[in-house]
Amino acid sequence: MPELRTEVVECDVLIIGGGMAGCGAAYEAAHWAKVKGMRVVLVEKAAIERSGAVAMGLSAINMYLGMKWGENTPEDFVRYVRNETMGLSREDLTFDIARHVDASVHMFEEWGLPFFKSPEGRYVREGRWQIMIHGESYKPIVAEAAKAAIGEANLYQRVFVSHLLTDADDPNKIAGAVGFSVRDNVIYVFKAKAVICSAGGAVNVWRPHAVGEGLGRAWYTVFNTGSVYSLMIQAGAQMTQMEHRLVQTRFKDGYGPVGMYFLMFRSKATNAYGEEYEQTRRHELEGWEPYAGSAPMPTPLRNHLMLRDIQEGKGPIYMRTAEALQKMMEGADATRQREVESDAWEDFLDMTISQALLWASNNIDPAKTDSELVLTEPYLMGSHAGTSGAWVSGPEDVSPSDYFWGYNRMTTVQGLFAAGDGVGCAAHKFSSGSYTEGRLAAKGAVNYVYDNPGPANPDGGRVEEIKTALYAPLGHYDQHKGATTRSEINPNYLLPKQALLRLQKIMDEYGGGWGSAYMVNRPTLERGLEQLTMLREDLAMLGARDLHDLLRCWELADRVWCAETHLHHLLFRQETRWPGYYYRGDFPNLDDENWKVFVNSRYDRETGTWDFTKAPYIPVI
Amino acid sequence: MPTFVNPQKCDGCKALEVPACMYICPNNLMKLDTDIGQAFNQEPDACWECFACVKMCPQSAIDLRGYADVMPMGATATPLRGTDSIIWGLKFRDGTLKRFRFPIRSTPWGSIQPHQHAPEPDTETLKNHGMAAEEHYLGVDALPTPT
Repeated sequence: MPELRTEVVECDVLIIGGGMAGCGAAYEAAHWAKVKGMRVVLVEKAAIERSGAVAMGLSAINMYLGMKWGENTPEDFVRYVRNETMGLSREDLTFDIARHVDASVHMFEEWGLPFFKSPEGRYVREGRWQIMIHGESYKPIVAEAAKAAIGEANLYQRVFVSHLLTDADDPNKIAGAVGFSVRDNVIYVFKAKAVICSAGGAVNVWRPHAVGEGLGRAWYTVFNTGSVYSLMIQAGAQMTQMEHRLVQTRFKDGYGPVGMYFLMFRSKATNAYGEEYEQTRRHELEGWEPYAGSAPMPTPLRNHLMLRDIQEGKGPIYMRTAEALQKMMEGADATRQREVESDAWEDFLDMTISQALLWASNNIDPAKTDSELVLTEPYLMGSHAGTSGAWVSGPEDVSPSDYFWGYNRMTTVQGLFAAGDGVGCAAHKFSSGSYTEGRLAAKGAVNYVYDNPGPANPDGGRVEEIKTALYAPLGHYDQHKGATTRSEINPNYLLPKQALLRLQKIMDEYGGGWGSAYMVNRPTLERGLEQLTMLREDLAMLGARDLHDLLRCWELADRVWCAETHLHHLLFRQETRWPGYYYRGDFPNLDDENWKVFVNSRYDRETGTWDFTKAPYIPVI
Repeated sequence: MPTFVNPQKCDGCKALEVPACMYICPNNLMKLDTDIGQAFNQEPDACWECFACVKMCPQSAIDLRGYADVMPMGATATPLRGTDSIIWGLKFRDGTLKRFRFPIRSTPWGSIQPHQHAPEPDTETLKNHGMAAEEHYLGVDALPTPT
């Protein structure tokens, strides 16, 4: 076992995860911290120039209102999200992001992010809420601002945070976090008066379509391992909508974006026989009114109709790119044709390069050959068309009293704030909205520290307990490696990749993955939980050959927390509100009368159980 | 499409504290083999194909081979990322070549002045609902509240 050093870092506001939300939080916190000379620290498991969901880049900003042009109001956005989430959205949180988001986008432009502009200087729209960018360097630009705001000395990179710390005397008050360096033998103990959790949603919890080298080609970023949920669940924060998940319609195998083809090029999605399932099966959505009838049709319902076609043997499903592009090219001069082609390829090269490579490797010219669409494996997230996350306070001037408890974006744990994928019931914020929500959480956190300036006082016994647990997989491997001539097969330990594949198999078969056509019922969920219980026991027998394995061990622990919480939530909600995301075979219908409520849970560390409550849906608009 | 390192080109970024690829990889995949002084991808099936290492490698030593279980062989995507734009070369399996250039940044790197339009914060502004310099950036006169 290597010699281990402990470094204690004291700060006022600790931000965990430097993706879009974390960078927004850092930028904003650094400003308000000047009022009292507070220290703001950002900790990230990678390098913030290329970390989080926007690491590769983006070709569009999917949330921009254009209030200065009179294009949309925050009320418009709230109505859109309400329908898209099948009626269940925290409208106070959504309104709050919507009223602030334009300012963040205008700031990105000033910093140097290139936008597509119309002759009169407006952003070019791909859809009602989407604008087009040349976004290869979106994240490095945003990271530059965050780094400049807090200062390099306050940035801890390649440090993986595994646990939050609560106060020695008050278990419902935050006091910091513990993590380890993935490069050196150092454990970090962060003592913080407020913590902002912005560590990203959960990918690779379910078996993806490709399980060889392609295991890493998830649609959402594969390095988002659900830390944002696992950290807050274990700290006893109330979580909400953890039964929700996101399943995406994407180009098959590359998982490239479809927004430009659907919205700009007006491509149609059809089955193999050319039938448009959204039209031919429209009548099958009667059970999901009034949501089905409001344009645009919610994402899960579109998935549902596609899935019905596949199940009836009408696949593969195709995006009819050829017809759409040929129409775009008709009558266009050579320059315009070249522009269209360039925009289409940039869409992939900015954000999903492998989709471009996949087309090149299959000799696909989208103007001549249509491409297959597929439904992805599920993801847990709160920023895109997913609504999982912590139950947080909204802003005082918007939120009903049930939704407000002192500080914007504070969870039910005192001093613990969330943003981005970490906030539940506030979907469709995407990159710009997540950044904006990070800013909102930061101002809330600085306010909290301003009002509660006492020193952070973490439970010392718990710190030692975590420190011992953190390096246990390295010790376990060391102790048992002599039992085999091949490190991959040993009766005493599992390597993290092996246990990850087991998790994915369990979740695919019993937790409504693509392999079971997203179907669950009480017996499959209970069977899944039985298997997860044994997997959790086996986590204590993980072996790590090096620090990289150790990182994977703790990322896996995060994923297992997400999986267990998700299955408990699926059991609790007795209806099928989001067909196309998942189906309760034993409760196949929408049930607005009993279930137009948020499902909230709290994990009790003492008893190892989840307590459930229904939280009311209160319209704000 | 995992990354691989060309041993003819990789020099292990000897002048840097860690190789550029090892610094930037969001998934902690690129690693320096200290015995031979060259980098490698230590977990190819965890590669998201983000090309962060390919774009940053000072020796252009990193390339990708399409995922074995997904892609027919023979295509390549090659970026050349400058300070204000990126050039992509795409080679198809049948030999077709395409080349694109896209802008990536309209200001010099390192030029961001954080909070440059924001007045010095005080207790009063800390307690209101505005973000830093929002009056400068928002584009409307007042922060909306629900109507």
